[in-house]
Amino acid sequence: MTDAEIPYCPGCTHGVAHRLVGEAVDGLGESERVIGIVSAGCSVRSWRLYRFDMILAAHGRSPAVATGVKRALPGSLVFAYQGDGDSAAIGLTELMHAATRCEKITVFMINNAVYGATGGQAAPTTLIGQKTTSYILGRDPANTGYPMNMAELIANVSRNSYVARVALNNVRNIVKAKEAIVRAFKTQRQRLGFSFVEMLSACPTDWHMTPLEALNWIGEAMVKQYPLGEFRVPDGLQL
Amino acid sequence: MMNKLKLMSGNEALAESAIRAGCRFFFGYPITPQGELLEYMARRLPEVGGTFLQSESEIAAINMVFGAASAGMRVITASSSTGISLMQEGLSFLATAELPCLVVNIMRAGPGLGRVKPSQGDYLQATKGGGHGDYHTIVLAPATAQEMADLAFEGFSIADKYRNPVMILSDGMLGQMMEPVILPDSVSVDQLPQKSWAVTGSRDRGRNLVLAAPYTDDELIELNAELDRKYASVRVQEQRWEGKFLDDARLVVVAFGSSARISEDAVVMARERGLKVGLVRPITLWPFPEKAFETLRSTVDAYLTVEMNSGQMVEDVRLAAGVDKPVYHFGHGGGWIPSAQAVYDEVVRLHDGSIAR
Repeated sequence: MTDAEIPYCPGCTHGVAHRLVGEAVDGLGESERVIGIVSAGCSVRSWRLYRFDMILAAHGRSPAVATGVKRALPGSLVFAYQGDGDSAAIGLTELMHAATRCEKITVFMINNAVYGATGGQAAPTTLIGQKTTSYILGRDPANTGYPMNMAELIANVSRNSYVARVALNNVRNIVKAKEAIVRAFKTQRQRLGFSFVEMLSACPTDWHMTPLEALNWIGEAMVKQYPLGEFRVPDGLQL
Repeated sequence: MMNKLKLMSGNEALAESAIRAGCRFFFGYPITPQGELLEYMARRLPEVGGTFLQSESEIAAINMVFGAASAGMRVITASSSTGISLMQEGLSFLATAELPCLVVNIMRAGPGLGRVKPSQGDYLQATKGGGHGDYHTIVLAPATAQEMADLAFEGFSIADKYRNPVMILSDGMLGQMMEPVILPDSVSVDQLPQKSWAVTGSRDRGRNLVLAAPYTDDELIELNAELDRKYASVRVQEQRWEGKFLDDARLVVVAFGSSARISEDAVVMARERGLKVGLVRPITLWPFPEKAFETLRSTVDAYLTVEMNSGQMVEDVRLAAGVDKPVYHFGHGGGWIPSAQAVYDEVVRLHDGSIAR
């Protein structure tokens, strides 16, 4: 990784996620073959944090861009790093189809249940009752339905893939998150199929919490809607 | 190697020519009247070790193009009108990231969902945007199956030279009619120029970036200035057109693509009657061939734009012709196709002076 200034709020766990991805790439010896793709959202400037080839793509389209890169360069290691709006709202189609086609790419979804970069509007993953600037009284299922469980959805459509959900709120979970990221990259490297890791992440700013409160909220509220674990592990994955 | 004359549809000629230009990637979503082009790619690309992938939408297709182009590959997509509308954000992004690619619009009748008869209703979309921001797509307008092949082949070189998307603006009639074509000699993918800026994995070099936006406000202003300089250079160097019967012409018909073929017949008929009529056929629609009009200013009395739309290229003809010469428009949208007789009648009407401006 570089020494670039990290453009995140205090208490945001994007920084943890970026570090884990960078460590996984280095640990696998892949930095010369990897091409990362980021797009709109809080992580829009995160291309500055890595020393390897990076693309800044259109909002929601990273899995399609990743498809183009990987089909062009099958020997490369390609990942897309997306927020919850990028992957579950505007980019849902591209993500679901890349997964359905079993594209040999890896997608990281940073799920903080809100649209951080634009100031705290609702996300498809916003919890019932959670207040956002879009729905100031809190999400009402009678109006806007229920939160989307992306890991489960992806696991359903993507055969022989690696699909997991992890959290970044404490050391034990961060260690497991790192393991999942490594397994996702190994799935790609071993040409087994699609790989997807959803990471529950803190947004103290738009949750209007302190950083500690935010980490606690992940463990107390988010995991009730978004259980942690591996939802699909490909046959033949060598660890 | 001597190439034989082959009877081919415009769509097939374009597709085969793209492959001969070293293009090995097609991403696209089926839409009439692009189907034959997509299906030709589906059959032919695997034969040459290329990749055909049907995308889930045109939005996905243009972004897959973004990916493969970022990786340094010659890549093509094709769609029609309403599908091209979905690609507009992608075109703005491709131009910003300075990525070469070929995008083919086989125009159909619109607006809206429209119907599948040919039209020229996307001229403004192609040349004046239709995506956001200060960028341009270089737009080439074939008028024959041979030009479908030639302009596609050359389009890749132009795209690579300027690091910019190139659009082939065609229509359903050109796409589906069968004509004799001489295909270009194949270029080997190994012979293509290396793209040192591409994201291919950072072995043996510093890392590369392909960015849809720079990091700071100042950098974005500077990027716009650079793009301006690039487009100024394209304007100077890449204007193309065909002129016929212009030496003594008093009325000049201006038309592109299919309407140019029809108009040429009408102009020949008018010449046989002794009318001093000529034809300017733009081949680049952006940059618009303003140079074609410079020499005509002192000799031509009026222009007639014939287009299968309700008045799009006519605006650029008016700008190029100067304020003191009338520029008339003949045509409308929705799938209307003129006959040579109808164009001839309009030419005669104007030439006889029975229409005031």
